[in-house]
Amino acid sequence: MSDITAPAYRTIPIIPALKPGAMEGKGPFVASDKLNEAIGFPGQLVEDWHDRAIARMGELLTKYRSLKVFMDACVHCGACSDKCHYFIGTQDPKNMPVARQDLLRSVYRRYFTLPGKLFPKLVGARDLTREVLDEWYNYFNQCSECRRCSVFCPYGIDTAEVTMAAREILDSVGYGQKYSNEIIGKVHKIGNNLGLPGPALQDTLEGLEEDVKDATGIDVRFPMDVKGAEVLLITPSADFFAEPHIDSLIGYAKVFHATGTSWTLSSMSSEAGNFGMFIGNYDQLRAIAMRIRQAALELGVKRIVVGECGHAWRVAYSFWNTLTGVGDGADPNDRFAQMLQKQLDHRYKQPAHICEFTWDMIQDERLTFDKTANDKYIITFHDSCNVARGSRMGDLPGGQFEIPRNIIKAVANNFVEMAPNTTREQTFCCGGGGGLLTDDLLDLRVKGALPRMEVLQQAVDEHGVNFMATICAICKAQFTKVMPIYGFDRRMVGGVHQLVSNAIQLGAK
Amino acid sequence: MASIVFAILFYLATLLLVVGVLFRISTYAGTPAPLKIPTTPAPTTTGGVVLRMTREVLFFESLFKANLWTWVLGWLFHGSLALVILRHLRYFTDPVWDWVAFIQPFGMYAGITMLLGLCGLWARRLFVERIRYISTPSDHLMLLLLIGIAASGLSMKFIAHTDVISVKNFFIGLMRFDIKPLPADPLLVVHLSLVVLLLVVFPFSKLLHAPGVFFSPTRNQKDDPRERRHIAPWAKSFEVSE
Repeated sequence: MSDITAPAYRTIPIIPALKPGAMEGKGPFVASDKLNEAIGFPGQLVEDWHDRAIARMGELLTKYRSLKVFMDACVHCGACSDKCHYFIGTQDPKNMPVARQDLLRSVYRRYFTLPGKLFPKLVGARDLTREVLDEWYNYFNQCSECRRCSVFCPYGIDTAEVTMAAREILDSVGYGQKYSNEIIGKVHKIGNNLGLPGPALQDTLEGLEEDVKDATGIDVRFPMDVKGAEVLLITPSADFFAEPHIDSLIGYAKVFHATGTSWTLSSMSSEAGNFGMFIGNYDQLRAIAMRIRQAALELGVKRIVVGECGHAWRVAYSFWNTLTGVGDGADPNDRFAQMLQKQLDHRYKQPAHICEFTWDMIQDERLTFDKTANDKYIITFHDSCNVARGSRMGDLPGGQFEIPRNIIKAVANNFVEMAPNTTREQTFCCGGGGGLLTDDLLDLRVKGALPRMEVLQQAVDEHGVNFMATICAICKAQFTKVMPIYGFDRRMVGGVHQLVSNAIQLGAK
Repeated sequence: MASIVFAILFYLATLLLVVGVLFRISTYAGTPAPLKIPTTPAPTTTGGVVLRMTREVLFFESLFKANLWTWVLGWLFHGSLALVILRHLRYFTDPVWDWVAFIQPFGMYAGITMLLGLCGLWARRLFVERIRYISTPSDHLMLLLLIGIAASGLSMKFIAHTDVISVKNFFIGLMRFDIKPLPADPLLVVHLSLVVLLLVVFPFSKLLHAPGVFFSPTRNQKDDPRERRHIAPWAKSFEVSE
């Protein structure tokens, strides 16, 4: 592992000078035979990887309009070139979204376009060599699929889509990344990304009940596998034991308790995260989402609510209906989707985000808060990338920005915003998303967090901010690890429902 | 002689352009978009999507957010080009439509602003480090091609006049498959040759961004995944067996 260095602060917005080759290297740990084969990929780089990779690319080009259009439409205008947090943090020009995409696009041109076949040099087309393949592995694992570049592209070209395609090609020739593939294996085998078995989970939940009882004197339940509960909560498994995630889990439980909502977790689907998205694999994406449908059917719940997890919310909001028929319009031939349709209560949005749930309850005046409980905090909100640019909450565009902020303002007195060109749809990624939250990429993660850290520092200097709320498990894990390297207290990061938990008055209504 | 060569070239180039672009569009339209991926916040209605796309195509909204200089130069070039092309309709219509006659003077100045915009964009490509890094030879050549077209066109207006009446007769004739003589004017030959080249490269190059933008799922999709199921034909096949 290379040395970890936290770059010095500058004033945002900044366009750094290029440092070619700054992040060249072997990339993250490669997945072992066992990990790859467990989820249906070749164990290691296959002998005919060249032909298979090109064939796979050709197949993806016929399956994904995004990829097809994005390969042709880029004009190299450079609108995206200074927008990626990894480029800003590392200065490696191949981390400019346009250059990252061109690693794939150059090969597309060579094999799928006439000018690339006739005049490769002229149009920047390249043969797929082992060096190019390694370059894909390295740089497509330096993208958190946060979509910030897609906000600024005049054609809406989304590097996340290109990264997903590249990773899908790499996986299909047996060149997968260890962290993501290991996690996908765990979710299939054990039910969650962290590999927590049912009994351990049960134990944790019982411990939490005791903790909350000690702190509040009230019996707040953390139910698991309760048939006939109204709400099935699907939350990132980090919520069960990691700090500060667990404080948000306590917050959700208190909201359910205070509103008298019966709810349950599921031991077989104790995970909201869906790393199938990160590797761009539709089958994995679907298989992981299917577990949730199965749990919902077995438990007979009326509502599905998703906890504080960024990419999980994107998958749930944008893809669950497509993948499993959670919302409206299940296929008539799909018996289980039809069953789920009948079972769910369609007066509510399906699925719903926990913030939507809580905000509805606040608006219905079913919750009371003591806002002074959060007076020790001057709070800012970090929009998580997949929530900000890939999903929505509530009925209006931009609800994903307003609802979490509304909740914070309802439970706390001191709220300030960070610099406007770095929040909402222009938010910077935490630097750990997209399957990069692994220690072998720590140097990249630290550098990728730089823009957010610089802006946070501004907010600290100007407003005395001492708490950054966020609604993503990866953001929380990434920031608690990276912020001390930048001289912040790791406890500065926490969930929105952690603030809810602090202020909520149990038994008041 | 020049008239026959150019007549053949224009017929072939136009055919290639039309067939090529229609073919590309049909592949975009025929490729499924299996997942809902609008870049949010996104409109939730079709009307909203039309509005978003209109702002994008007419005003380059996202580019405006991204970089003011690129936006100014890019918009100046594209806006001018649109006017210049419309102005050229006078070579293809007889009698000339009123509104085409009306925009003639504006179209002339647009030729100049188009050239300025192109030179600005090229300067950016040459002198801004990261834009130079991402440029391929064809990116430079494309700008040079357009600069050549603009410069040769303007020079026929401001330096050495061409017999535009004959030029018009030639093109009207072309449209009626009746080949008329073309003035053997070197500037005109250069101008028309470069235009033919542009027509030929269009369906094979990054100029496909023009039709492509309408097919970009991040921009043309409605944000309604919970309300409406969205499934691609190839993904549907998974469902029947379960």
